[in-house]
Amino acid sequence: MSEHSTYTPGNPFSKWLDDRLPIIRFSKEHLLDYPTPKNLNYWWTFGAILVVMLVIQIVTGIILAMHYTPNIAMAFDSVELLRRDVNSGRVLQAAHAVGASMFFVAVYIHIFRGLFFGSYKSPREVLWILGVLLFVLMITTAFMGYVLPWGQMSFWAATVITNIIGAVPFVGESVLQLLRGGFAVGNPTLNRFFSLHYLLPFIIAAVVVLHIWALHVPGNNNPTGVDVKSTRDTVPFHPYITMKDLYAVVLFMIPFAWFVFFAPDILGHPDNYIMANSQVTPAHIVPEWYFLPFYAILRAVDFNILFIDSKLGGVIFFAGAIVVLFFVPWLDRSPVRSGLFRPLFKWFYALFVINFIGLAYLGAAPADGRVLGIDVPTFSKICTAYYFIYFLVILPILPRFETTRPLPASISENVLGKAHA
Amino acid sequence: MTMKTLIAAACLAFGLVGPVLAQEGAHSTPEIAKESWSFGGVFGTYDEHQLQRGFQVFRESCSSCHSARLLAFRNLSEPGGPGFTEGQVKALAAEYTIADPLVEGGERPGVAADRWPAPMSEADAKASFGVVPPDFSVIAKARGTTQQFPWWIVNYFTAYQEGGPDYIHALLNGYHEEVPEGFELPEGKYYNDYFPGHAISMPPPLTDGAVDYADAEEGGVNVPETLDQYSRDVAAFLMYVAEPHMVARKETGFRVILFLVLLAGLMFFVKRRLWAGIEH
Amino acid sequence: MADQPTQVQHDGPTPSRRDFIYVASGAVGAVGVALVAWPLIDQLNPDASVKALASIEFDLSGIEEGQTLTIMWRGLPVFVRHRTADNITVAQNTPLTDLKDPEPDSARVKEGHEQWLIMIANCTHLGCIPVGDAGDFGGWFCPCHGSHYDTAGRVRKGPAPKNLVLPPYDFVSDTLVQIG
Repeated sequence: MSEHSTYTPGNPFSKWLDDRLPIIRFSKEHLLDYPTPKNLNYWWTFGAILVVMLVIQIVTGIILAMHYTPNIAMAFDSVELLRRDVNSGRVLQAAHAVGASMFFVAVYIHIFRGLFFGSYKSPREVLWILGVLLFVLMITTAFMGYVLPWGQMSFWAATVITNIIGAVPFVGESVLQLLRGGFAVGNPTLNRFFSLHYLLPFIIAAVVVLHIWALHVPGNNNPTGVDVKSTRDTVPFHPYITMKDLYAVVLFMIPFAWFVFFAPDILGHPDNYIMANSQVTPAHIVPEWYFLPFYAILRAVDFNILFIDSKLGGVIFFAGAIVVLFFVPWLDRSPVRSGLFRPLFKWFYALFVINFIGLAYLGAAPADGRVLGIDVPTFSKICTAYYFIYFLVILPILPRFETTRPLPASISENVLGKAHA
Repeated sequence: MTMKTLIAAACLAFGLVGPVLAQEGAHSTPEIAKESWSFGGVFGTYDEHQLQRGFQVFRESCSSCHSARLLAFRNLSEPGGPGFTEGQVKALAAEYTIADPLVEGGERPGVAADRWPAPMSEADAKASFGVVPPDFSVIAKARGTTQQFPWWIVNYFTAYQEGGPDYIHALLNGYHEEVPEGFELPEGKYYNDYFPGHAISMPPPLTDGAVDYADAEEGGVNVPETLDQYSRDVAAFLMYVAEPHMVARKETGFRVILFLVLLAGLMFFVKRRLWAGIEH
Repeated sequence: MADQPTQVQHDGPTPSRRDFIYVASGAVGAVGVALVAWPLIDQLNPDASVKALASIEFDLSGIEEGQTLTIMWRGLPVFVRHRTADNITVAQNTPLTDLKDPEPDSARVKEGHEQWLIMIANCTHLGCIPVGDAGDFGGWFCPCHGSHYDTAGRVRKGPAPKNLVLPPYDFVSDTLVQIG
């Protein structure tokens, strides 16, 4: 955004530095003056919330690692002793565990915001792809982190999820052993998960930098989806957006603190307070809530598809549910970005949100149970089908039948129109 | 429409922790009642007298088979707990023998810093009971109750964390001499309404009058020496063992949340004032 | 969090009121950052299980005259020496002028308990553990760099600059000592 460069070094030292490392110029352009659409709503504050959550997770995680022992004999006790004996240990551990959940709350809202307002559309495809990549990295990191306390749920989650790899034809079994470092989940698995769980957040941080870079080239999308036309449409990032984001961050910290201090275990499972036992599986194994929709998709495929057996089929759908997100920029053929101007899309989108929540609910329901009078496997198949139909059929076809509402000429016009209405 | 949908989505996604539904078997498990606990809810604190009684039940009954390897003697005199004095804890610890490879003879009397010694080795326990009795360090957090949708969402707003004590209380009161018709009780097992699968290896550990409570001190109340009372007291004590610093945690929580509300209020005005001159 | 918006357009009703809300928020935010920072640092301090062992009690009754026991205190080895009458006489009669780090024997033990010498067992030179009943002065000899200590644990020869360090301790009774 060099055309916006307004920086003139104020003294000889800044001039000298600017010629060698233009870090002050860069910060001013990208952290202070970066022109941001002035009509962003509060759904847009989740980007900043996510940055704060990543920092919280890295800081508390580094602290937890100082007290944690990655060994199957000692891991469980080391986590509990950290809660009991380390100064503020209970809160630091709870902040990290609850923090993971809050991180996913924020990322889901962030993703669904992008899906509604068409933030993935040209010229923001790379921005979106980097975002999906971040989501995949987060899932991987969260899964490995969940294994570390070495409770029953940790152990069986590790067993079940690594077994997914075993479904891959021909090489699955070898890759599985490579991944676990043994014939079953054990000490080598715990050690490598600890190492990778420590590494991945820094890779996430690096991809976040790329994500923000890819944001700053085209600039923010906005609720109207109309491109920024002039400086009248924007405000400088600081103080307008920084203060608004900070306000949202503080609000987001309130439910976060509620869970950390008053119900630190409510987002987890009691079974994870039982030390891992490779001879006993808990009666109901359920993943953490943020994986439930994808877990439901994995479980929904209980039939063979031609030569593909149901296990591999489940894995294909499970992986496909995430892979399809990478292609959304090309699947949605509507020229209009924002869902606000797409009368039909709105309804399919709303159904998609409800469907996704339904998948989460089904992911937690016992496989032999019933929901709303329909048995869980059938219901899961219906919801899985809609998940894919939304991306593969509705997004590409809908624009042919949809008459979109007229777009405002500019952000300012839309804002003024709203003010006069 | 979309705004509301999204808000609803966020709320629900937020709440969607697996509602682990009750295990369906041939003999259904009655619902476990939510008991009233002094430490329940966000304002709850432990009742010193109850913890002292619960400790007595634990010590005289449970601890002959169950270990509590993460409980340190010193925990018993820490603030927010049963309120024993340091002298009492020191004397109590000295009654136990602790294995210590660093001293001559390999064992020594306990000190306050030691952790509760196991009553027997796992191998011995397995030989005597067929199973290893579970360790009690975090048992109250390792057990729970389940509520049907939408009741578990309510728990998030009431900060319900007492599923463990509710389960322990129910279990101790859930023994039946008579096995329901059609249920095959394996040899050496006991029938319990609330134990998953109903066949539990532990014989009924407590009966009315089994533990002799000391008369209440001045100002205190005498409690009945009944199974129901014992099970409440020991469940409370086990919750304390699992979360010895709960009271301090909640106190900090109030300060943090009050602070956040204050800061959020200030930030609201900062944001509003800043944006006052901008059409958006 | 303590960011102060400085380049605000002039849009509030009165500057003083506008400034107040910014200053107040900045101040409250700064306090919040400080309050959060403290537990993040405090967790580095010794935890409750370590602190619980900061002070230990030790029963001396099992130690015979002439015997030295090594016990652990705060992760350090501690010599507990039951001195013979001969040891005590030799230590008391050593002229202070012979000492590298002059200290009378009375400063090395507790009054009334002269037979008990309790010292941290790390050589004051570079931290090795001296060997007992050895060296030129009937006390300890550090094999690492050849420091000699006498029967009161005072350095007499070699590179060590100071006498062996005494931990803080008190006699609870004649046979029970509290270290730390």
